[in-house]
Amino acid sequence: MAHHDHELVRLSADALAQKLASSEISAVEATQAHLDRIAAVDGEVHAFLHTAPDLSLATAAAIDQRRAAGESLHPLAGVPIAIKDVIVTNDMPTTSGSRILEGWIPPYDATVMTKLRAAGLVPIGKTNMDEFAMGSSTEHSAYGPTHNPWDLERIPGGSGGGSAAAVASFEAPLALGSDTGGSIRQPAHVTGTVGVKPTYGGVSRYGAIALASSLDQIGPVSRTVLDSALLHDVIGGHDPRDSTSLTDEWPSMADAVRRADVKGLRIGVISQLDGQGFQTGVLERFREALDVLAAAGAEIVDVSLPSLEYAIAAYYLIMPAEASSNLAKFDSVRFGLRVNPPGGGTVEDVMSATREVGFGAEAKRRIILGTYALSAGYYDAYYGSAQKVRTLVQRDFEAAFGQADVLVSPTAPTTAFKLGQNTGDPMAMYLNDIATIPANLAGIPGISVPVGLAREDGLPVGIQFLAPARHDARLYNVGGALERMLEDSWGHTLISLAPDLAPGEMTAAQEGAV
Amino acid sequence: MATAKLMDFDKALELFEPVLGFEVHVELNTKTKMFSDAPNYFGGEPNTNITPVDLGLPGSLPVVNGEAVRYSISLGLALGCSIAPSSRFARKNYFYPDLAKNYQISQYDEPIAFGGSVEVELPDGRFFTVPIERAHMEEDAGKLTHVGGATGRIQGAEYSLVDYNRAGVPLVEIVTDIIYGAEKDAPELAKAYVATIRDIVVSLGISDARMERGNLRCDANISLRPRTAPGEPPAPLGTRTETKNVNSLRSVERAIRYEIQRQAQILADGGTITQETRHWHEDTGTTSAGRPKSDADDYRYFPEPDLLPVVPSAELIDELRAALPEAPAIRRRRLKQEWGFTDLEFQDVQNAGLLVEVTDTVAAGASPQAARKWWSGEISRIANARNAEPSSLVSPTDVAALVTLIDSGALNDRLARQVLEGVIDGEGSPQEVVDARGLAVVSDDGALIAAIDDALAAQPDVLAKIKDGKVQAAGAVIGAVMKAMKGQADAARVRELVLERASAD
Amino acid sequence: MSEITQEQVAHLANLARIALTPHEIESLTSELGSIVDNVAKVSEVATPDVPATSHPIPLQNVYRDDVPGATLTTEQALAGAPDHDGSRFRVTAILGEEQ
Repeated sequence: MAHHDHELVRLSADALAQKLASSEISAVEATQAHLDRIAAVDGEVHAFLHTAPDLSLATAAAIDQRRAAGESLHPLAGVPIAIKDVIVTNDMPTTSGSRILEGWIPPYDATVMTKLRAAGLVPIGKTNMDEFAMGSSTEHSAYGPTHNPWDLERIPGGSGGGSAAAVASFEAPLALGSDTGGSIRQPAHVTGTVGVKPTYGGVSRYGAIALASSLDQIGPVSRTVLDSALLHDVIGGHDPRDSTSLTDEWPSMADAVRRADVKGLRIGVISQLDGQGFQTGVLERFREALDVLAAAGAEIVDVSLPSLEYAIAAYYLIMPAEASSNLAKFDSVRFGLRVNPPGGGTVEDVMSATREVGFGAEAKRRIILGTYALSAGYYDAYYGSAQKVRTLVQRDFEAAFGQADVLVSPTAPTTAFKLGQNTGDPMAMYLNDIATIPANLAGIPGISVPVGLAREDGLPVGIQFLAPARHDARLYNVGGALERMLEDSWGHTLISLAPDLAPGEMTAAQEGAV
Repeated sequence: MATAKLMDFDKALELFEPVLGFEVHVELNTKTKMFSDAPNYFGGEPNTNITPVDLGLPGSLPVVNGEAVRYSISLGLALGCSIAPSSRFARKNYFYPDLAKNYQISQYDEPIAFGGSVEVELPDGRFFTVPIERAHMEEDAGKLTHVGGATGRIQGAEYSLVDYNRAGVPLVEIVTDIIYGAEKDAPELAKAYVATIRDIVVSLGISDARMERGNLRCDANISLRPRTAPGEPPAPLGTRTETKNVNSLRSVERAIRYEIQRQAQILADGGTITQETRHWHEDTGTTSAGRPKSDADDYRYFPEPDLLPVVPSAELIDELRAALPEAPAIRRRRLKQEWGFTDLEFQDVQNAGLLVEVTDTVAAGASPQAARKWWSGEISRIANARNAEPSSLVSPTDVAALVTLIDSGALNDRLARQVLEGVIDGEGSPQEVVDARGLAVVSDDGALIAAIDDALAAQPDVLAKIKDGKVQAAGAVIGAVMKAMKGQADAARVRELVLERASAD
Repeated sequence: MSEITQEQVAHLANLARIALTPHEIESLTSELGSIVDNVAKVSEVATPDVPATSHPIPLQNVYRDDVPGATLTTEQALAGAPDHDGSRFRVTAILGEEQ
């Protein structure tokens, strides 16, 4: 073998793709290296719910054959990718982190899977998540929490903690996530990785198990901004199977990264997300990043989102309301778990018993809350009002984008908290999403990029950029520029500071990295 | 099932005013389903015409069938409705095993069409205007089969089987406003209203409209309001029941009549009407109590986030309006003239709900009078005896073929009735039945002459009378000949030959 | 303060078809009360002049052509079913009636 596993897994997707394209390494080698890495560290991290080594290796071998036959392949062909378990795959179980779907193998592929397979990426496994993407810590997975590679005692964020931890622990260079209120961006923030929520409708939702249909969006997860852009270019674009899918012609996100330049860019700091309630170390790194951007010629301005305090309230009405309806299909009739109550019972009893056993506490909490918000007599006060707040949030953004090309804030108020720290207090957990939720309400794109480690705990901090709907490329421009300037100033990537999870294996690589 | 006490209908009308309302579901005959590209066909093997969308599989998403939207707009226009500049789909949330997602995609506060009216012709030729509140688009549910119960009904079943082939079939639900003033015509109005809707959707070509197949389904709301003395304010509206499972025009009329009589008796006895769903039983001609309506019916409607507003352009609406076929009422006047029917003949056909059948039979080559005669005569008689809809027994094509056989002299009326029975019993086309049963009229004069000569020889007195010019006496011989020929002879030809043979001797 | 009662939560659980235990009803009642107290503020700013937004990106008239596509086989459809008879999904006796 020309390359050692530990070198291969540390490559970015872009670097790996170049070695694959030049046949310096094979897709089978790349896949095997990542499978080995998973075998070595996932016992501790628990990023994956399912891997299928033989299947992944067979997929990789097919790519190698096509390449050997001289076929012209997509630049990312042969690159392994981890798939959040919210996305249906016709060859691997899909559970959305729930007991109620344990072992379910869908008879169809999500559109993003069809696109990934067409581009020759190699699905390497399904990643852990909060049940039905309900959570900010992955602690609500029915299959146990994922651990943050930076500190195994801490949460990897949620709901897509599995995908973020997988890329952060070098188990995969790329992953797919889904973001309903921050489930891609907040895990990126706490794991020192990159995550992008595209414009609503920019990536097809067909085959993403719905949490809240008007908020959900699939997006890329990676260790570098360019890698997210490359993946975004694969999964984006119109899908006739998703009515909310946009028909826009999208520019290349990868080109936006490669040409990144913030000179003259107006960056609006959201005043409501720059102070109270935010951890000191988070704010320090955030302001440093702003200084770097300003030094590079960006114009930093203050903007206000006056409806922000209502946004989180609106979100916690709209999301559970839609979820309560979306999760009604889990009824033990066509797929998934069936629990027969003692002594049998009517189909109503069986459905109720199944849903009692099959759903976790957070899913039940949100279903009941959503049912309440939609009930006769409460609809206008709750759901109806929340939809109006959504209009106000959109107006806020419209005004803010009149003053700035992109908006900026810390991605989340704190660094990774300890597992179990917030599980007893749903409201405290919900407030964690304050910075990420508004983008989902407005449908606009957002990115989280690592900006360093918080001084007080040494844990990663992310910065979030938001752009107007359809202007995802602006995020890759500013994110790519900031990443390059920060790494130039540090002399290394942030992720290279992550603790070594498999010391025997990593020694050689660490020497060059730090 | 206990039989309810029924008040005499006329007596009920003396005491109460019937107040009506109808919800008619029309299955559209688009090529694909409302929200998926599965074929819009549900007669075949269970669970074969389904996609992940129809099965409500996690991750699947609905996409609106544009043709179904156009059909719905056309129907709205034909109902005299306004087309909403913007309408939306909404989710109606309730759990039921035939509902794959446990919500139905329907329309709630923003239906595609609203505020219309339909002119309905009563059996006596008067017109009654039925106000239409709205018409909205939605999806059908799957089909449940209950196993292990005594009657195949839901009660007492051990388990049920679900086939989702029908899930997602496009529906338009037409909801009337409250209908006042039908009075004693209420049952006939109900039937005529549903027949009119059927005529409209058939003329638009947007539904197969076969009630017996469930293409057209009617839920009938009925309440009774006590009459008050002149000068007094009207009594408040009574509690209504909603009768479901009314699967033929005939049963619409019967169900309304039955509910009026049942409710009147309860009210007269000092009882109260329970607001509930009632199920019509075709076999017994009665309704039975179903699920009570209650506060528990909280459907938690909210705008369907997976679908976008329907905003038809003025151009599209104008285009569909221009393409509307002749309104059935105008068409009826035209047909009556073209067919040369008397008022009575035409009303017979119309009241029996046979306009479509007669039209199609004429189109297939039969004369209007022959088509009328067979549909409102023999076919209706058999349908009555079998408790079925005439249209479900035989096709217009077969009736036209039957008429052609009669016109050509190959069949006489008596034989034709036997052939019809054969066709109805599934023995094939009229010609196939003729061949299989050997029912053709004996057209071989030689065989007839032999039989006539035998009959004349057996009845010399008759022969003498004929020779004396008493032609009517020939009847006895004709009868004998027809009997000898087992009816398979043309009586007119036999008569000709009898007179010929008698005078030849 | 929130007016959510245990009876209400039990009713919601019935609507949502979840056989909550009495203990769950009790804890959910208090949790929901606290959440609702926090989210009820939406009505403060939801004045009549503000239109509701149900879709983040406004689109309209998104239709599919009326052309049949691929269907699942019966085997695929039934593959994940807890119970079936070879062609149809099987459920235990139904108490209620269709709506």
